[in-house]
Amino acid sequence: MTTRTPPRAALVRAAVVRTGWALVAAVPLVAHAHKPFLVPSETVLSARGWITVDAAVSNDLFYFNHQPLRIENNLRIIGPDGGAVEAANLNTGKFRTTFDVNLTASGTYKLAMVNNSLQATYEADNGERKRWRGTAATFAGEVPANAQNLQVSQTQTRIETFVTSGKPNDTALKATGTGLELVPVTHPNDLVAGEPATFRFVLDGKPAAGIKVMVVPGGTRYRNKQSEQHVVSGNDGQVSLTWSDPGMYWLEARVEDDKAMKPAKTRRASYIATLEVLPP
Amino acid sequence: MRVLMFGALVTVAFTGSLASGTELSLAIELPQLDVAEYHRPYVAIWVEREDQSVASNLGVWYEGNPRKVNENTKFLAELRTWWRRSGRNQTLPIDGVTGATRAAGLHQLKFNGNQPQLATLAAGKYQMVVEAARENGGREVVRIPFDWPAKGAQSLQAKGEHELGTVALNLTP
Repeated sequence: MTTRTPPRAALVRAAVVRTGWALVAAVPLVAHAHKPFLVPSETVLSARGWITVDAAVSNDLFYFNHQPLRIENNLRIIGPDGGAVEAANLNTGKFRTTFDVNLTASGTYKLAMVNNSLQATYEADNGERKRWRGTAATFAGEVPANAQNLQVSQTQTRIETFVTSGKPNDTALKATGTGLELVPVTHPNDLVAGEPATFRFVLDGKPAAGIKVMVVPGGTRYRNKQSEQHVVSGNDGQVSLTWSDPGMYWLEARVEDDKAMKPAKTRRASYIATLEVLPP
Repeated sequence: MRVLMFGALVTVAFTGSLASGTELSLAIELPQLDVAEYHRPYVAIWVEREDQSVASNLGVWYEGNPRKVNENTKFLAELRTWWRRSGRNQTLPIDGVTGATRAAGLHQLKFNGNQPQLATLAAGKYQMVVEAARENGGREVVRIPFDWPAKGAQSLQAKGEHELGTVALNLTP
């Protein structure tokens, strides 16, 4: 095993001390090193009733050994009729956040954690390099108007999973039209080992070509390789994925462009999903 | 012209009756298992087309306590193949198809070509599929390919390895 780089949390703390980084909103650190995920207790149910969901950030899939995913007003659960569903029993512990969802209707539920934030770096009057994180609303009040070498970027993150009770439907799966999203060609609760699946990626509602997608099977503790699958979306935004074994899989898609919300100049959009593949 | 039409009518009637008289009998062995905690398996039996779609559901044995309807359906998804191919699109219970779980032993089902379960089967290649899933046990699928209508009396068999014993399909046109 190669030495690990220090956990990103430690680097962040060091950066805060050095540069006076003002963390305004509690935004999860979606870093290259650590993977955030929502893992439902089940994804295919034949009755109405409860499921429970774990939300965490870790290098290892799907283990709770690093940080909980902090859920504060950014959880969006959409039911089979397209309406909002409330989570119950939300609790944040040392290494994971948990919540329960009562599936009272038949059909497909989409569970998503959505974040949209701005980051900026600039030089203060005394030449000190500063970092800032917040929203378009808080920017003017917190970043000095005369900031030098100001660079502002936007980060959009969507972390999703899917659960179906009874007959699957796709009302909840419609794109919202903001950021990077997955729209089914294959229904995400219809995944079977040995059968290829096709998904379409849309960026701000439009099919997105050239999106880099990575898929990693869970159970990383019990094997010696990451076994990642890498694909790139075609002109129609579509990717085709294969899974030889059943299990939970982690999918990440990311893109960077300049279609950012003012005052940001660049936009980084990420889409992450936990997908359950069942035995044939 | 009248002679030709008459000949065509006779041909159609004759082909239709080839299947309607056919008797299909199925014998399914649920093995006696020596386990600490035995629960009767959930079993689904269906006729599957070549494209893996379900042509006909012949049996779904799952109902337990009639007062615990939601509890019974909770484990239906354990019949993973059947659930995905048919179960999740159905409104349960299905008259003449669904029923209680059955004990270990030999269970017979008989249908003739006139009955609704078989009457709408188009000519072609099919598979008789039996799936069994047992609580704290395994899941197994046994398949027997057959042609419809049957071109003669046939005795076909397949054997499971753990959750299903011998499954015998007899076709008598």
